[in-house]
Amino acid sequence: MSTLEIRNLHATVEAEGDPRAILRGVDLTVRGGETHAVMGPNGSGKSTLAYVIAGHPKYTVTEGSISLDGQDVLEMSVDERARAGLFLAMQYPVEVPGVSVSNFLRTSATAMRGEAPKLRLWVKEMKEAMAALQIDPGFAERSVNEGFSGGEKKRHEILQLELLKPKIAVLDETDSGLDVDALKVVAEGVNRFRADGTTGTLLITHYTRILRYIHPDFVHVFVDGRIVESGGPELANKLEEEGYEKFAKSGVDA
Amino acid sequence: MSVTIPASDHSPLVRSRVVSDHAVPTGREEEWRFTPLARLQGLHTATLSLDGGIDVATRVEGGFHAEHVGGDDARVGKTFVPTDIVAAQAIAASDGVTVLSLPKESTGTAHVVITGRALPAAHHIVIEFGPFSDGTVLLEHRGSAVFAGTVELRVGDGAKAKVASYQAWDRNAVHVGTHAAQLGRDATLQMGHVTLGGDVVRMNPTVSYAAPGGDAELLGLYFAEAGQHLEHRMFVDHDTPHCRSSVLYKGALQGDGAHTVWIGDVLVRANAIGTDTYEVNRNLVLSDGARADSVPNLELETGEIVGAGHASATGRFDDEQLFYLQARGIPEDVARLLVVRGFFADVLSRLGLADLTREVMKQVDERLGVDGGEGEQDDQVAS
Ligand SMILES: Nc1ncnc2c1ncn2[C@@H]1O[C@H](COP(=O)(O)OP(=O)(O)OP(=O)(O)O)[C@@H](O)[C@H]1O
Ligand SMILES: [Mg+2]
Repeated sequence: MSTLEIRNLHATVEAEGDPRAILRGVDLTVRGGETHAVMGPNGSGKSTLAYVIAGHPKYTVTEGSISLDGQDVLEMSVDERARAGLFLAMQYPVEVPGVSVSNFLRTSATAMRGEAPKLRLWVKEMKEAMAALQIDPGFAERSVNEGFSGGEKKRHEILQLELLKPKIAVLDETDSGLDVDALKVVAEGVNRFRADGTTGTLLITHYTRILRYIHPDFVHVFVDGRIVESGGPELANKLEEEGYEKFAKSGVDA
Repeated sequence: MSVTIPASDHSPLVRSRVVSDHAVPTGREEEWRFTPLARLQGLHTATLSLDGGIDVATRVEGGFHAEHVGGDDARVGKTFVPTDIVAAQAIAASDGVTVLSLPKESTGTAHVVITGRALPAAHHIVIEFGPFSDGTVLLEHRGSAVFAGTVELRVGDGAKAKVASYQAWDRNAVHVGTHAAQLGRDATLQMGHVTLGGDVVRMNPTVSYAAPGGDAELLGLYFAEAGQHLEHRMFVDHDTPHCRSSVLYKGALQGDGAHTVWIGDVLVRANAIGTDTYEVNRNLVLSDGARADSVPNLELETGEIVGAGHASATGRFDDEQLFYLQARGIPEDVARLLVVRGFFADVLSRLGLADLTREVMKQVDERLGVDGGEGEQDDQVAS
């Protein structure tokens, strides 16, 4: 079982030439078998947290640490982090013109597994994973994310999650832009990933809706660059009823 | 006799088969200002003997005929009059002209390999697609040469032609070429230029229309490495109503002194009502010290057109794309390779020549220092 440990994480982004503090002391531990929901208002820094875990070059860590099973994640390049077992399903997946989904997935699987999967087995594996997420087989020959609808992009992210089988998955607003049917399909994919009980999930979301399908063990309220309250699933219900205002204040006061 | 045309008219100044009618470029002319004349090894001064420095191997399939004729054959210079001193030398080359012809309503392919012998050389090729024929010609340039090459291309009424020219020269070659196409009524031409090799390559594809309904697609791909000068300047002369042209050229540059030039001259003359034209050039600069010049030049003499536009962009790697690929475990060098392959994919898939696609992708892999690792995977290109 793996453990992702985030300690006193501070990060800045370069905005108009000046570093701007976004993350202001995040503490969070995600263990294998656990699902954590991080909920917070727009602009609170949720995606920044996800990007910093994945190693996006735009952000600078100024303080704190991230480790995966005791290994220093901040020392690793983006691809090393992925190969170490971290996965980020992006809020806004990137278009890569001219690179077909099938070529991309196979290149990725080859990198993650250390050898090229046998073509015949791979095709079968990919087909099954696509079918489970109700992705049209024709998508394999399309350019990565190019011209995909919002929902198609999200399903494509979960397809990668299922094929790459990371230790810890960070899912950034995977629910946004999905209708109820698509949400169920995507949630089932995430639940298949969680099913073996050894993988950890950090589910970033704005709404409680997805938590009806993916049941979290822990809920964290994220405001102004840090976690201001943590609790069990009941905290999500409280947020549903009361909104973020109360926490927003405590975040500013603190 | 030479004919002088006003400079405002985008046609070059002199049109003549006689070499001495053409001035030796100085580098101050608009047409030559980007070209490193000193590296042409005298090709532009008409002082070299261009006899017999190349091998021309022709293989035809289907209905195509290949012939070797003298410069006095009626098909030579019928629709092509040289507009610069290098083209005039090519059409005047003493060792004959290659003529490829596809009779009307037939189909076929032709493959011409021009191989240099490290000597100055010149060659002229005439390609005729008969009415309602459907064919493909692939022209390859290999080895080393100081080469003046011209192609005179006629696409008959209702014919469907694909002609690709691949510049796969050794690193020290010089090639200055004009490939001039004329389209008949409702004719369709796809003209591709793929340039990877050579020290200085300067290609000048031109298109004109003999009757309404012509549709020309010009596709190009180039990849300049340190010190290479790769120049493509096209001229589409919309001199006839209701014709279409679409131009897509993509280039990559890597290394100190890598220089590419793309000039897209499109002239829509006053009588060319109903014209539909669009031209795009994109360049991907992979390292410092490389320079891409890109000059779209659209001149409209009539507003009664279906559409006209151009786009040109030169950029570096997109950090977001690289991040996305790396976040899936793909090492940075492989991620860069995927992005460059992807960048070229649309041009290659539109050209639809599988062998050429494979070879270009292999070259791209080598130049980026990564084994594309295709193995049992087929070379798929997203469309
Ligand atoms: N590259 C950047 N340049 C400038 N500001 C940035 C950049 N990235 C993030 N920010 C700012 O940092 C803050 C946090 O952004 P972030 O995207 O992490 O928030 P979020 O909680 O994910 O919001 P949302 O719910 O809208 O997805 C915002 O104010 C945002 O404008
Ligand atoms: Mg966000």
